[in-house]
Amino acid sequence: MSWTRREALLGLGGIPILGAIWWAGARGTVGKRREREAILETLNIQPSLPPAVPAIGGEPVKVGIIGFGIRGEQLCRALGYATDEWVAAMEEATALAKEEGRPFTALEDFRNQDPLNVRIVGVCDIFDARAQKAMKSFSTEEQQVKRYRTYTEMIGSGEVEAVVVATPDHWHAPIAMEALRNNVHVYVEKPMTHNLSETYELRDVALASDAILQVGHQHRQTLSFKTAQDIIGKGILGHVSLITTNTNRNDDNGAWNYAIDSQANPDTIDWAQFIGNAPEIPFNKNHFFRWRKWWAYGSGLSGDLLTHDYDRLNCVLRMGIPQSVTASGGIYTHRDGRNVPDVLQANMEFPDFSTGSSQANGKEKGMTFVYSATLGNGFNRPTMLMGHDGSMELGNRLTIWPDGRSTRFAEYLEAGKMQPQSPIYHYNPAATALDGVSSATSQYFADKGLMWTYIDGRRVDSTFLHMREWLSAIRNNGPVSCGIQEGFEEAITAHMVGLSWKLGRRVEWDAEAQRVKPIDELDLDAALLESPPGVGQYAPDVVT
Amino acid sequence: MTTIQNNPKLATGLVLLRVFIGWHFLYEGIVKVYNPDWTSFGYLASAQGPFKSVFGALTSEAVLPWVDTLNWLALVFVGITLILGVFEKAGAVAGMVLLALYYLAHPSFPGLEQLNAEGSYWLVNKNLIEMVACYVLFLQPTGGCFGLQRVLNASKTKTEKS
Repeated sequence: MSWTRREALLGLGGIPILGAIWWAGARGTVGKRREREAILETLNIQPSLPPAVPAIGGEPVKVGIIGFGIRGEQLCRALGYATDEWVAAMEEATALAKEEGRPFTALEDFRNQDPLNVRIVGVCDIFDARAQKAMKSFSTEEQQVKRYRTYTEMIGSGEVEAVVVATPDHWHAPIAMEALRNNVHVYVEKPMTHNLSETYELRDVALASDAILQVGHQHRQTLSFKTAQDIIGKGILGHVSLITTNTNRNDDNGAWNYAIDSQANPDTIDWAQFIGNAPEIPFNKNHFFRWRKWWAYGSGLSGDLLTHDYDRLNCVLRMGIPQSVTASGGIYTHRDGRNVPDVLQANMEFPDFSTGSSQANGKEKGMTFVYSATLGNGFNRPTMLMGHDGSMELGNRLTIWPDGRSTRFAEYLEAGKMQPQSPIYHYNPAATALDGVSSATSQYFADKGLMWTYIDGRRVDSTFLHMREWLSAIRNNGPVSCGIQEGFEEAITAHMVGLSWKLGRRVEWDAEAQRVKPIDELDLDAALLESPPGVGQYAPDVVT
Repeated sequence: MTTIQNNPKLATGLVLLRVFIGWHFLYEGIVKVYNPDWTSFGYLASAQGPFKSVFGALTSEAVLPWVDTLNWLALVFVGITLILGVFEKAGAVAGMVLLALYYLAHPSFPGLEQLNAEGSYWLVNKNLIEMVACYVLFLQPTGGCFGLQRVLNASKTKTEKS
C-alpha cells in the first residue's frame, strides 16, 4: 500500500479537526475569562474578609437573660447555650432529614460553633415554664442559673455584668435604660424602642453610660453586606435613586401566630409585669404569646421586619434617618383581631442623599427607599438597589447588572463587553456550602442574609458573630457595629413609618432638632401606640 | 451480513458519529481545562435520584478537586481517541462510563425535577442516547477507515510485506 494523499487524509484527517476544536475551546474560554478579568479589574471590588475581634479575655462574662421566648432561646444558642428540648427536637429533625435524604445542619452548626467566654448566670422571664426551662438546661454543678422575678432585681443584683433583652418591644427601652444607668452592658433586640420619646431618652442614657449597648441587628456581620459597602463606596452603581425591599411571608409563624403554651395561666404568668406601660386589660394568652400583633406591645411590620431591611441598607449606605415618610396598608390577610397592619407599603425619602454620580455635577441627588410587605404571599422579591450605572441585588449573595444607559460603563456596553441582562459581578460566599434550612420563615431570613454568613465557605450564625463582637467590646472596650446611633436611626425610622400609617399622612424628621416634626398639636407617641377603637374586639383571650 | 468493509456509506456514517461524539467530548473538556473557576460542585450537589447521596459525597472538599480533574481528563481522552480514531474502544468505554455517571446524577425519572434540561424527557434523555451511540462505536471501530488506526494498519502491512 502506497502512501498517497488520500491515505494521509484518511489517516491523519482527525488531527486538524482536533486542533480546530482545541483552539476554538481555548480561545473562547480564555477570551471570556480575560474579558471578565478586565471587567473585574475595572470594578476593583474587594470581597470582604471575616471580621477579626479582640479575644474575650479574663473571667467569663456573666450574662443575664431577660425574656426567654423564641428569640431569647435563639440568642442563648448564639452564646452556646441550647435547651435540652431544642437539642432533642433537632436530633429528631436531623434523623428525619437523613431518612428523607435532605441536608439539615442546624444541630451540627450549633455544635461546631466556637465557644464564647461567657456564662449565663441568671434568667428573668415572667412565665414560669420558660424561666424553669432555662434554669434546668443551663445550670451546671458549678453554676446554678438563678431566676429573678423582675429585671430591676437582676440588674441591681450585682451578679450580672451584661443583659440580653429579648422581651416584647414595649419593655426594650425601660430595661435597657435601667441597665445602662447601672453600667450593665446591654444586648437589646430590635426595634430598639417602642415609641419616640423613649428613643430620644435612651440615646441620652446610652451616651452617658460606660456600658456597651449593642442592638440586635445581627446582619451587620454578614460578609456580603461588607462587600456591598465596598461596591457602593467605589461608585459602581452610580447614583442610586431607588431602593426596593420587601417582605413576603405566607404562614402562621410568619404572621406572628405563635404557639400558645398549655401551661400558661394567671398563676404561671406575671400578667401585671407583662402589661407594664401598656393599657391594662385582663389576662390574655393571645396577647401574651402573640404580642407582635398589637401596638400596645409590638410594632407590627414597621418595627419587626422593616427594621431589618432598613438597617441592612443603613449598614451598606449609611443614609441615616429619612427626611420624610409616607406609609399605607391595612389588615388584609389576618383579620384575627390584630391591630397592626399585615400589608404595609412605606416610602422613605432621602432628598439630600447620594451614592455618587457619574454624570454632570449636580444632575443627580436624592433617593427613595421603598419597603413593601405582605403577610399573605410568599413569593420572593429580592432587595434591589437601582443606580444610574447599575443594579444590585442584595442578600447573602450579591449580583450586579450594568444599566443599559450607564454613563460609567458606556464604552463597555457599546463594545459588547457588557450586556445589561448579564451580571458583571456575582458574590456568593456560600458557593461551596451545602445548606439545610428548615422552615419557610427561616428561609426568608436566610435569603436576606439575616441568619447566616459564610466564612471560608462555612456557614456561621451571624447572631453568634454579633454577640461575640458585643462580648469582645465589653472586655476590650471596643466599638460595636450596631450601637446607640445605629439603633436610634433604626427606631426613629420605624416609628415614623408606624406613625404615618396610623395618621394616614406624611411624617417628617427635623435633623437639626433631632426630633420628629410636630404634627398639629398631636401627642405623637399616643397616636403611635393607640389601639384604634373597634379594632381588636376579636382579640380577647380567644385562644384557650 | 453487512459490514463496514462492504458498505462504505455505513462506514462514513459511523465515522461521522464517532468524530462528532469525540468533538462534543473534547470541546466540553477543553472549556473546563481553560476555565480555572469551573467546578462540578453544582452538578453533583444538585444530584437527584437513587444515587443522590453518592454524588453528594463527592462534593467534599478533599474529593472534589480529584473529581474535577478526572472529569476533564476523561472528557479530553474520549475526545482525542474518538476524533483521531485510535484506541477508540477504550475511548468509547470511557465515554459510556462518563455518560452513565451524568445520567445517574440527574436521571430523567418521572417525579424528579429536570434541572438545566432543554426539552422534555421520560426515562430516556440525550445522555443515555449518546451512551448507546458510544456502545455502537465500541462494537464497530472505524479508525481503520478514517483515523490514526489506518496509518498504523498501513505501516503494519508495509512491514509484513517488506
